[in-house]
Amino acid sequence: MKIFGFLFQSSIGKKIMMSLTGLFLISFLLVHCGVNAMIFFNDGGEIFNEAAEFMGTNWLIRTIEVGLFVFLLIHIIQGLYLWNDNAKKRKEKYGKTAGNANSTWYSRSMGLLGTLLLLFLIIHLRHFWVISRFTDVVTGGEQTLYEMMKEVFAEPWVVAAYVLGCISLAYHLMHGFQSAFQSLGINHPLYTPLIQQIGNGFAIVVSVLFAAMPVAMHFNIVQ
Amino acid sequence: MEKGINVTLKVWRQKNETSAGSFETYKVQANPDMSFLEMFDVLNEQLITEGKDPVAFDHDCREGICGMCSMVINGRPHGPKGGITTCQLHMRSFKDGDIIVVEPFRANSFGVIKDLSVDRTAFDRIIAAGGFVSVNTGNAVDANNILIPKEIADKAFEAATCIGCGACVSACKNASAMLFVGAKVTQLALLPQGKAERQSRVVAMVNQMDAEGFGACTNTGACAAECPKEIPLSVIATMNREYLAAKLNGK
Repeated sequence: MKIFGFLFQSSIGKKIMMSLTGLFLISFLLVHCGVNAMIFFNDGGEIFNEAAEFMGTNWLIRTIEVGLFVFLLIHIIQGLYLWNDNAKKRKEKYGKTAGNANSTWYSRSMGLLGTLLLLFLIIHLRHFWVISRFTDVVTGGEQTLYEMMKEVFAEPWVVAAYVLGCISLAYHLMHGFQSAFQSLGINHPLYTPLIQQIGNGFAIVVSVLFAAMPVAMHFNIVQ
Repeated sequence: MEKGINVTLKVWRQKNETSAGSFETYKVQANPDMSFLEMFDVLNEQLITEGKDPVAFDHDCREGICGMCSMVINGRPHGPKGGITTCQLHMRSFKDGDIIVVEPFRANSFGVIKDLSVDRTAFDRIIAAGGFVSVNTGNAVDANNILIPKEIADKAFEAATCIGCGACVSACKNASAMLFVGAKVTQLALLPQGKAERQSRVVAMVNQMDAEGFGACTNTGACAAECPKEIPLSVIATMNREYLAAKLNGK
């Protein structure tokens, strides 16, 4: 603890922690998006269900899932704490502000975007994770994940909530991806513009793919 | 003399550090070639003639190197132009009839001494915590006795151009001082003279920065965009790297 305590105590330590947990969550998104995109094979969810079955039963994936929740909780708690703490550092506010002249609105709104994502996450986990991990075990449910998706996304407000969640994700990632590298001290005239472009590309591709899933299911584009 | 422009100023007036302040409105006729501070001199002449209290504002060199002019003009430290201080901002950057809001740099760690004059001694305490190098007493060593590659010297100099004005803190939504501290850490970490205290320095300066109550960095980049000396955001990355290495080394 003496060596790693700074990750929770000092200003730089905390942002290194936000960066490391964020990068882990990014790697999770890549896998999650890749597996879910298999619904677009449009084969009635056959390949997707097989992949979901593997992800849900493989011991290694299940172990990493525990780590995922730990990192997710650290990212959320530390993020909310930093948001609140940073907001208190200027008690007397400016009479006139011009934030857009020097930074992007989404880089200044990571706390807000993250909170929207948290709200989305609660809805999302309730829809799928809770049911597939616990309810089915109890009831011995017969429903496949693909059928669950079909059922959940029949509801228009759910589709709207998911699309809004994906928009929040896109902006959160557009700042978060490149910011994670800066926090770790990776800044170089050659690589930083590349990291920023990859980050923007990742943010848009992943968010559009995720948003396309409820939309495609709702309008029966995938059967 | 060219035709003057008429501007309306909304200036933050505050008696002292503990009292509450508010905006006062003044009308000033200014020559377009005046600097922003010269325009304030005109305003103060006006106020003195009227028997009123002149606006307190800091200035020393009026050539962009002292870093004293702590004004936020229309929401931006040192005004709307990039890479300059308030004294280098000229009235030709404004139009006749403009309303200009002028307030002090604001952060919990920067107290307002009076009106637009700001207490930035928190920066001095951060420098005192580690922004120095140790040298032997005795005769001054010859110049270029220690060889430093030109590109390293250039990079160190780029960071060393920080004038400690505090625009980074005032522009940051978190009132973070990381661009200032990063500039000093980077400069000294690059040079052989700074190697002796390299790891203890970054930890001591970051600890002092946190103790002074500055916010944490969220990499918005506002600081570097508003810096009158155009210190790049990469100095913060360098500081993060130096800090991480020092911490993992048990410092």
